[in-house]
Amino acid sequence: MESDIILRVNGREWPLRVDTRTTLLDALRERLGVTSPKKGCDHGQCGACTVLLDGRRINGCLVLAVACDGSEVVTAEGLGTDGELHPVQQAFVDHDGFQCGYCTPGQVCSAVGMLEEVAAGWPSAAGRPVADTPVLDDAEIRERMSGNLCRCGAYANIVTAVRAAKEVSR
Amino acid sequence: MDFLSPSTWEEALAAKSAHPDAVPIMGGTDVMVELNFGRRRPPALLDLTRIPQLRDHGPDDGYLRLGAGVPYTTIIERLRDRSPALAQAARAVASPQIRNRGSVGGNLGGASPAGDAHPPLLAVDALVELASVRGVRRVAAREFYHGPRRTARRDDELISAVLLPEPAGPQSFSKIGTRNAMVIAVASFSLALDAQARTVGTGIGSAGPTPLRAIEAEKFLASEFDWDGAASPSPATVTRFGELVASAARPIDDVRGSAHYRRHALSVMARRAVSWAVTDYRKEIARCA
Ligand SMILES: Cc1cc2nc3c(=O)[nH]c(=O)nc-3n(C[C@H](O)[C@H](O)[C@H](O)COP(=O)(O)OP(=O)(O)OC[C@H]3O[C@@H](n4cnc5c(N)ncnc54)[C@H](O)[C@@H]3O)c2cc1C
Ligand code: FES
Ligand code: FES
Repeated sequence: MESDIILRVNGREWPLRVDTRTTLLDALRERLGVTSPKKGCDHGQCGACTVLLDGRRINGCLVLAVACDGSEVVTAEGLGTDGELHPVQQAFVDHDGFQCGYCTPGQVCSAVGMLEEVAAGWPSAAGRPVADTPVLDDAEIRERMSGNLCRCGAYANIVTAVRAAKEVSR
Repeated sequence: MDFLSPSTWEEALAAKSAHPDAVPIMGGTDVMVELNFGRRRPPALLDLTRIPQLRDHGPDDGYLRLGAGVPYTTIIERLRDRSPALAQAARAVASPQIRNRGSVGGNLGGASPAGDAHPPLLAVDALVELASVRGVRRVAAREFYHGPRRTARRDDELISAVLLPEPAGPQSFSKIGTRNAMVIAVASFSLALDAQARTVGTGIGSAGPTPLRAIEAEKFLASEFDWDGAASPSPATVTRFGELVASAARPIDDVRGSAHYRRHALSVMARRAVSWAVTDYRKEIARCA
């Protein structure tokens, strides 16, 4: 079965006819040519497909495109403004937060979503009492970025980049 | 594959009744994996994401009513005082991205014995609300799990909510896995004390064909616990509790761990849970004094 939907991606509207089984990730990559989200595993384990859906970070491979009809999708391409990189993207460049770059668009979207979660006061997910107010130290960054794997193992610099981006956003 | 996308609960129930083989999809974090890998080819999907009440939560006659579609993130962020054990379990699920979508209703719908929500639901004696065009019924979580991935839910029913009793004592959840994030539990354990009724509740995950209770252990701790002063139980009592929890499990050897290891892990988690409960209970007494 096919459905007609409207996807709003990085501020642009795309009317689209999709097979109901199509994931958001496939719709972005195969239909719209928005290729920054990557298909690392297609089952929620790697985070390379992370995008912001109505402002929240999610795995594009675990959402059906039809279920995103009318929703706002932001990918790494849509984070910056007027040719300027988003502060999180800039921090990844400044601190070598990648090697091959395959996981980077997902890392960057995840970090943007994560920093907003921290700003909104969402509690720690690390091994601390749930009631503690979040402090974004390195252990906490690692835990909060745990949904994004990096096959190159650039984690040390990813943590540095996220910490730096957090400083800028303050 | 048909895609049914009701916008009201009544429409959803009517659709489930007309298409009992339609697979409900909420957060999609289980369903999508099955679809992407062709493990399941359902004739129809029933999308529940457009039904607002599934994401509601609030008080309901002494219970916290948690809509089946409330994502884990919301439980951690907003409901940790009202559902401490479930909030701790929610923190342990998968990754932040998955916690933004995944729900307790989906955990119950799939009913994997490894699902992290089940042990707390058993320990606190929660209710599962099931609805169909025929009506609404509430089933105790303790009666909900029938067999491997089989539950009390009938084909024409949807899970509308879970109802969590007001916490009446210390609660905890712990889970063993190879790392902190993105692991299916090797074994998990939840403990809830009810200081008013002077009862103990337990839940065991990932160590049997279904989530389990350790009923003998519950009775034993309820009779041994110092409900007035929370004096530390003797090491022998704590050890015995751990043994009783481990012996209630019905684990198998699999890729994640051996049956022997799972029993061992459960006894360790159970012993720790008792010491946390004693500490929390004392704090509570001190606050009330
Ligand atoms: C990488 C990865 C890691 C994971 N890690 C964990 C983990 O650590 N712990 C854990 O417990 N789980 C884990 N899961 C599994 C999954 O995230 C959870 O089971 C989650 O609770 C499912 O919720 P959902 O809303 O996404 O369910 P869905 O995928 O939408 O549905 C799951 C099942 O429930 C049924 N269903 C959904 N809603 C209803 C309803 N209202 N009424 C009736 N049936 C319904 C569906 O038909 C389906 O059978 C993981 C999944 C992935 C992909
Ligand atoms: S491709 Fe989506 S998480 Fe790996
Ligand atoms: S930079 Fe290569 S996978 Fe992360």
